[in-house]
Amino acid sequence: MLSHLPILQVILPLLAAPSCLILGRPALAWGFSFATSAAAMLISMLLLQQVWLEGPISYFLGGWEAPWGIEYRIDLLNAFLLLIVSSLSTVVLAGTRQSVAAEVEANRQTLFYVSWLLCLAGLLGILATGDAFNVFVFLEVSSLSTYTLISLGRDRKALWASYQYLIVGTIGATFILIGIGLMYMMTGTLNMQDLAQRLPVVADTRTVFAAYAFVIVGVCLKLALFPLHLWLPNAYAYAPSAVTAFLAATATKVAVYLLIRFSFTVFGADFSAMDIPLHQLFIALGLIAVFSASLVAILQIDIKRAIAYSSVAQIGYMIIGLGLGTAAGLQATLLHLFNHALMKGALFMSLAAVALRMGSTRLDDLAGLSQRMPLTAMAFVLGGLSLIGVPLTVGFISKWYLVIATLEMGMWPVAALILVGSLLAVMYIWRVVEVMYFRDPPASTQVSEAPVSVLLPLWLLVIANIYFGIDTALPVSVTADAAQALLGWGK
Amino acid sequence: MTMTTELLISLTILTPVLAVPGILLFGNKQNLREAVSLIAAAVLTWLSLNLFQQLQAGTVLAAQWWELLPGLTIAFHIEPLGMMFALIASSLWFVTVVYAIGYMRGHNEQNQTRFYAYFAVAIAAVMGVALAENLFTLFVFYEVLSLCTYPLVTHAGTDKAKHGGRVYLGILLSTSIAFFLPAMIITWMQSGTLSFTPGGVFADGTSVVLLSVLLLLFAFGVGKAALMPFHRWLPSAMVAPTPVSALLHAVAVVKAGVFTVLKVVVFIFGIDAVQSLPVTQWLIYLACASILLASLVAMRQDNIKARLAYSTISQLGYITLGAFLASANGVLGSALHIAMHAAGKITLFFCAGAIYVAAHKTLVSELDGLGRKMPYTFAAFTIAALSIIGLPPTGGTWSKWTLMLGAVDSDQLFVLAVLALSSLLNIVYLLELPARAFLRSAPASESDHHHGGEAPWPSLLALCVTALSCIVLFFTAGPIMQFLQGISLT
Repeated sequence: MLSHLPILQVILPLLAAPSCLILGRPALAWGFSFATSAAAMLISMLLLQQVWLEGPISYFLGGWEAPWGIEYRIDLLNAFLLLIVSSLSTVVLAGTRQSVAAEVEANRQTLFYVSWLLCLAGLLGILATGDAFNVFVFLEVSSLSTYTLISLGRDRKALWASYQYLIVGTIGATFILIGIGLMYMMTGTLNMQDLAQRLPVVADTRTVFAAYAFVIVGVCLKLALFPLHLWLPNAYAYAPSAVTAFLAATATKVAVYLLIRFSFTVFGADFSAMDIPLHQLFIALGLIAVFSASLVAILQIDIKRAIAYSSVAQIGYMIIGLGLGTAAGLQATLLHLFNHALMKGALFMSLAAVALRMGSTRLDDLAGLSQRMPLTAMAFVLGGLSLIGVPLTVGFISKWYLVIATLEMGMWPVAALILVGSLLAVMYIWRVVEVMYFRDPPASTQVSEAPVSVLLPLWLLVIANIYFGIDTALPVSVTADAAQALLGWGK
Repeated sequence: MTMTTELLISLTILTPVLAVPGILLFGNKQNLREAVSLIAAAVLTWLSLNLFQQLQAGTVLAAQWWELLPGLTIAFHIEPLGMMFALIASSLWFVTVVYAIGYMRGHNEQNQTRFYAYFAVAIAAVMGVALAENLFTLFVFYEVLSLCTYPLVTHAGTDKAKHGGRVYLGILLSTSIAFFLPAMIITWMQSGTLSFTPGGVFADGTSVVLLSVLLLLFAFGVGKAALMPFHRWLPSAMVAPTPVSALLHAVAVVKAGVFTVLKVVVFIFGIDAVQSLPVTQWLIYLACASILLASLVAMRQDNIKARLAYSTISQLGYITLGAFLASANGVLGSALHIAMHAAGKITLFFCAGAIYVAAHKTLVSELDGLGRKMPYTFAAFTIAALSIIGLPPTGGTWSKWTLMLGAVDSDQLFVLAVLALSSLLNIVYLLELPARAFLRSAPASESDHHHGGEAPWPSLLALCVTALSCIVLFFTAGPIMQFLQGISLT
C-alpha cells in the first residue's frame, strides 16, 4: 500500500471527481470533496516523510519501467509542493461551504466541487509525475477545471475573465506542448531524468534552444510573470471567493515548480545559464513585477483585485530568487512558495468571509468592519503583516532569505529594491486597515461576524503564518535540501 | 528563591502579556481591570528588581527561547544598560497606570480596555528590547513595539489621529525596513553573529567604507531615536492620549530607539571602532544640529504637548550624541541621560495631561494665572524642567555633566558650546510655562465654569512621585553611575 502512495496521491482526487457528480446534493459533495482533499493531504504528508527519510521515490505506472513507461518521481521538491497544494486545498475547502452556497447557483454547486477535485488532481499530477508529456496532460486537466471554476463566479464578468484566461492558458499550454514535442524530436524520450541525461549531448542545437524557449514562455504565461500577467487580476477578482483563495495559494506555485523543474532538472542549471542572459532577465522582470503590480494594487477599489495584483508582485519575488541561480536564491524562492501560499490563503479567506457577509469586497464596503466582523478584520491585518514581512511572521523569513541571497551575489541594488518593494505592500495593506478600523460602518445594514466554519480554517491559516514564522525548522531544512538537490542533479 | 534565572527572565518579558487576558476579561469592570494592570506592573517591577539583585551578585543572566533561523535566536542576556532600561520602564509603567486611572476616567475616554491591553503589550515589547541578547531579538521586539503602539497613537479614531498614526507607522516601519534590516543583514553576513559582544563583532581590518555605511544605516534605521531628519513621527504621535505620550513617547518608544543606538555603538561596533570612523564626526554634527534645531522649533510651539515633543527630539539628540562621542564618559552620560530624561519628561507630560483634564487647556498661551489653581502640578513641572535643563538639585545635572566630560575626552569642544546653548534654550521654552502660570494673573474675561483646582488625585499623585524622583536621582546618581560603569567593563 505504502509503495503505491505516489499514484494514489493523484488517482484519488481524479476518481473522486466523477463519484462526486453521482452524489448530487451540494452538501454531500462538499463533505466528500473535503474528505478526499484531507486524504490527499495525509498521503502527501506520508510521502514527504518517506522522501525525507529514504530519498527520492520512483514509481512505475503499471510496472512499465522508465523510460518506456510513465514514471512518477517524488523528491523533496515536489513532495514539499504536494503537501502545500493538498493542505491548502483542504483548509480552504473546510471554510468554503457557506461561501459557495452564497456565491454559486444552487444547481451548479455540485459541478463546482467536481471541478475543484479535478483541478486538485491536475495540480497534484503535474507535481508528482516524472514524465514531460504527462505534465502537459495534467496541466490541461487542471486548466480546464480552473476555467470552469472561475466562470462560476457570481458576476457575469467572471465569464469574460474565464474566457480571457482560457485563451492565454491555451496559448501557454500549446507552447509547452510544442517545447515538449521538440525535445522528444531531439532525444526520443519524454522521461524527465532521461531527458536530463540526453539533452546535454544535443544542447548546442537550435531545436533544443527553441524547445527551451517555448517551455519557458509557456510556463511564464501560466505563472503570470510580468508582462504575461494580465489574465490573473480579472480571473482572481471575479472567480468565486473560495476559488481565488485556492488558486492563489496553489496554482501559481505549481507553475513556479514547473519553471524550476524544467530549468534545473530537465535542461540543467548550466544550460539555462548559457546563451541568453536569462537570469538577468528574470531578475529584471521580477523587480518590474514587484513595483508595477504593487503600485497598481495601491490604486484598486476592489480589495480582492488589489490582493490579486499583490500576487503578481509576490511572484516577482519568487522569480528574482530563481534568477539568482544560486542555492540560496532557489531556497528563498522555495520558501516564499510555501510562505506565500499561507499568507495569500489567509488574506483571500478573510476576503471570502467579507464577501459572504457584505456581498462585496469593495474598499468602501469594508468601512467599520472591525466593529462588525472583528475576527475577520484582525485575520486580514495579520495576513497583511505577514505579506509586508514583519518579524515573527512567515513573510519575514522569505524576505530575510531573499535579501541574503541577493547580497551574497553582491547585488545590493536589487536587495535595496526588494526592501523598498515591501514598503509598497505596507501602503496597499494599510489603506484597507484604515478603512476597516477608522471609518464608521454604514448605519443602514446589519452585519454579523462570519460563521465559525469559516473563521476556524481562516484562523488556522493565520496561526500557521505566525507559527512558521517562529518555528522555521521544517520549511527551512526541506527547502535547503531541495535547493541543493536541484543544483546537484545533473552532476 | 528557587526560580531559575531563565524562568525569571521569561517571566519578566511575559508578565505584561499575561495581564492582557485579565484586562480583557474585566473589560466592563473598571476597578478590576485597572487592578490587573497595577498588579502586573507591580509584579514586573519586582521581577526587574530581582534580576537587578542577581546581576549585582554577579550571576550570569541569560535565557534562550527559540532558534528562529539557523544561528539566529530569540535570546536574552542581561547587562547593566538593559537592566537599567528595564527597571525604568517597569517602574514607570506602574506610575503611569496610576496616572491613567485619573486621566482616562477624568476625561471619559472611549475604548479604555483596548487602551490598557495594547499598553501592556507595548511594555512587554520594551522589556524584550531591553533584555535582548542579540540584535536580531532586539529588532523583532522593536518592530512589535512599533505595531502595538499604533492603536494607542490612533486611540481617538479621528481623522487627525488617523493621519498621525499614518506618519508614525510610516516613518518607523520604512526606516526599519529600508535601513535597519539591511544593516542587520549585512552585519550578519560580514561577522557571522548578531550577539551583543563587548568590543564589537567586526573583525579587525573590516573595510572602513562598509563600517561607515553600516553606522549610517543604523543611525537612520533606528527611527525611534528620532534623529533629524527622521523625527516627524514623534510630533505626529502626540495625538495619542496623554498617558501614552508620557510613557511611550517620552520613555519607552523613544528610549527603545536611543537604547538601540547605544547598544549598536557599544556592542556591535565597539566604541574604539566608532571613534575611528570618519563618518562619526558627521553624525556628531547631525546630533548637535538635531539638539539645537528641535529646541528652536520647540520655542515656536504653542501647544504644550507639541512643545514637549520637540523638546524630546532635542533631548534624544543628547543621548545619540553621547553614543557617537564614543568615549567611556560619553556612553556613560548617554546611559545616564536615558534615566534622567525619562523621569523628567514623563513628569512634564503628566503635568500637560493634568492641565488638560483639570482646566481643559492645551496651549501655553492659555496658562496665565493657572498656577494658583494647580500649584502642585506646576511645582512638579518646574522641578522636571530643571532636570531637563540640567540644574541642581535634579538628576539631569549629572547626565549633562558626564556628557560634557565625554565631549572633552573626545576633543569635541564645540559640543560643550552646543550643550550650554541648548540649556539656555531649554530654560526659555520650558520655564515659560510655570512662569506664566505663577507670575501672570488670569485673564479677567474668562468665565470660570470649570471646577478649578487640581487633576484627579491618582494623576496628581503620579506626577508628584515622578517629580520627586527627579530630585532623588540627583542624590543617588553616584551608585547608578557605578552600576553603569559595568557597560564598558563587561
